[in-house]
Amino acid sequence: MSQELIKLVNIGKTYFLGEISVPVLKGISLEIGKGEYVALMGASGSGKSTLMNILGCLDRQTEGDYFFDGEEVGRISGDRRAKIRNKKIGFVFQSFNLLPRTSALDNVIMPLNYTAQGLSSSEARRRGIEALKQVGLGERIDHFPSQLSGGQQQRVAIARALINRPPVLFADEPTGNLDSKTSVEVMNMFSELNASGITVILVTHSTEIADCAKRTIMLKDGRIVDDPKRHAAEPKEA
Amino acid sequence: MRIVSTVLTSLKSLRRNPTRTLLTTLGIIIGIAAVITMMEIGNGSKSAIQTSLENMGANSIMVMPGSMMGPGGARQGAGAAVSLVPADADAIGEYCPSVALYSPVVRGGNVQVIFGNVNWVPSNMFGVAPAYFEIRNWDIEEGRLFTNEEVDTNARVCVVGTTIVKEVFNGMSPLDCELRIGDVTFTVIGVLKTKGANMMGSDEDDVVLTPWTTMRMRVTGLKTGTASNTSSTVSDSPGERFAVSGRALYPDQDNSITKDKLFYSRFTQLDQIIVTASNIEKNEQAVQEVSDLLRKRHNLGIEQDDDFTVRNSAEFMSMLNQTSTLMTNLLLGVALISLVVGGVGIMNIMLVSVTERTREIGLRMAVGARSRDILRQFLIESVVLCISGGIMGILLGHGMSLMIATVLGWPIEASPQAIVAAVIVSATVGILFGFYPAWKASRLDPIEALRYE
Ligand SMILES: Nc1ncnc2c1ncn2[C@@H]1O[C@H](COP(=O)(O)OP(=O)(O)OP(=O)(O)O)[C@@H](O)[C@H]1O
Ligand SMILES: [Mg+2]
Repeated sequence: MSQELIKLVNIGKTYFLGEISVPVLKGISLEIGKGEYVALMGASGSGKSTLMNILGCLDRQTEGDYFFDGEEVGRISGDRRAKIRNKKIGFVFQSFNLLPRTSALDNVIMPLNYTAQGLSSSEARRRGIEALKQVGLGERIDHFPSQLSGGQQQRVAIARALINRPPVLFADEPTGNLDSKTSVEVMNMFSELNASGITVILVTHSTEIADCAKRTIMLKDGRIVDDPKRHAAEPKEA
Repeated sequence: MRIVSTVLTSLKSLRRNPTRTLLTTLGIIIGIAAVITMMEIGNGSKSAIQTSLENMGANSIMVMPGSMMGPGGARQGAGAAVSLVPADADAIGEYCPSVALYSPVVRGGNVQVIFGNVNWVPSNMFGVAPAYFEIRNWDIEEGRLFTNEEVDTNARVCVVGTTIVKEVFNGMSPLDCELRIGDVTFTVIGVLKTKGANMMGSDEDDVVLTPWTTMRMRVTGLKTGTASNTSSTVSDSPGERFAVSGRALYPDQDNSITKDKLFYSRFTQLDQIIVTASNIEKNEQAVQEVSDLLRKRHNLGIEQDDDFTVRNSAEFMSMLNQTSTLMTNLLLGVALISLVVGGVGIMNIMLVSVTERTREIGLRMAVGARSRDILRQFLIESVVLCISGGIMGILLGHGMSLMIATVLGWPIEASPQAIVAAVIVSATVGILFGFYPAWKASRLDPIEALRYE
């Protein structure tokens, strides 16, 4: 049995638009162990991205507790969360989010600027090149994002997410902007990374991609409707 | 490393959009350029004043006949008296304890000097005593100075400046040459060291100096009883010329009175007495002593105005400095306003930049940037922007003052302090006006920022 990395207890997220409150997540409880490969699926608007943002410490839940690596991270200071994002979390976006007019290498090593123990610039470069090689882009270190294909851009984004060697990688529809061929490349990469021990959690609409994962969690209207590892202890409410 | 890389990144982004950078920093550029130009011109004129005052004799005091009212002003009680006579000079030397050196000065006026077939009108022609050279810190380059005996005997000797050597003697050594001054022949005994131009721009080395007695007795003519008209000595009027040639007609008379100092003491007039205090602190005191002494000697009653003017070079200097400080401060004020306007421009463009780059800010936060990292990044960018504007301003300002120096011939002096101050000021403008946009950027919520369209 793998060690527990993520534990959600009754997580809720409600947006307040003026007078109207929009509940998006309604009591999500879930545990993910180290080294797992999890796919999050569900209809559009079911709250997958909202949940991923909370998991990735980008957003805060409005109810419940989120334990990441044993620590409740929903109510700690923004700076502490920034540190966790920097050191322990890699996040891959659907829209790549690379800095324009900035070389692949500089994009990859950008997070190192915010790492407490600063690396020398040559060390940072070395690490960046290593990460780019890991995603198969060793030849493309000086290319700008505009000179790379979508799949290559997403791989640069993955290299950036991996630069601080985080234990967990979150990806919100990483293949959403890619064609099926490049999707396969990117998915193979996630499988490899998972095989090397990194916990991978991704959101997808495609069942083929979800099949790569060892565990698929189905979301519907802000609730988990299907999870092969659903705990008996999970609280149930209306 | 982080700060350096942020600086490099922001420099790169500034270079990518040079027009925008230029327009944004225009206010800073103009403000800094104005400051630099002002400082360089101000410094230049200050040090020009300084040098020429030092050339004049740093703590010299000038005593001139006539009251402060100046030429044409009504003066009571002048009438018959000769207002400044050689005996006054000697009395100053004797009875004023704070006075170290003194020398009578007789202006030669616009007299022609002739050597061979060259004639020349020196811009400065004075009759003085040997102390004059010490008062003015003026050394001899070759030959010798004249002595007190030569003053007492109306000796026809003179020392000349380097411009005279160049223009009249064609560069060769003039020692022992016969130089005609007006109608009188003098022997050149010394050449003075080069002094350069004074603050008015006139050439100090275009000078002929003779013993004052000789100048008065033989060249300009005795001036008795016309004391109140001080400007007549430099006039070129026929009457003046007539008087000069009139003097030369009676050389024997001069010889007969050489031993009799009293004669000229009583009847000749001096154009100036130049005096130095024993040290610069005693300056004021020396001025007071000289004034008191002359009032007593000239029998002036309490209600009567001075019939002479005492001018202190230190006073003169502080007056000039005051004026230039006032000007500098006024212009600095204008420059400051321009800097504030420039700062508002910077703030504006930084706010635009923060909005434009909201997604980038979100991304940076997503990969671990804390609020303070974002704050620092935008502060550095605004400081880099301002400093590059500042540097352009320094270059522009220096260029402008160089241009003013070439076109108008004003003295300028590069001011390292002003350059350092300009950089500090532009960095400060960057911090002050960049703070609000940077703070706004740092307050962004990562998820909101990432979602920003
Ligand atoms: N900032 C917000 N304010 C208000 N409502 C929001 C906000 N963000 C998301 N929502 C709502 O939350 C719900 C879930 O959105 P979310 O983006 O999590 O869906 P998703 O499952 O990722 O859908 P998709 O598959 O289309 O990406 C949506 O109904 C959306 O309208
Ligand atoms: Mg989504």
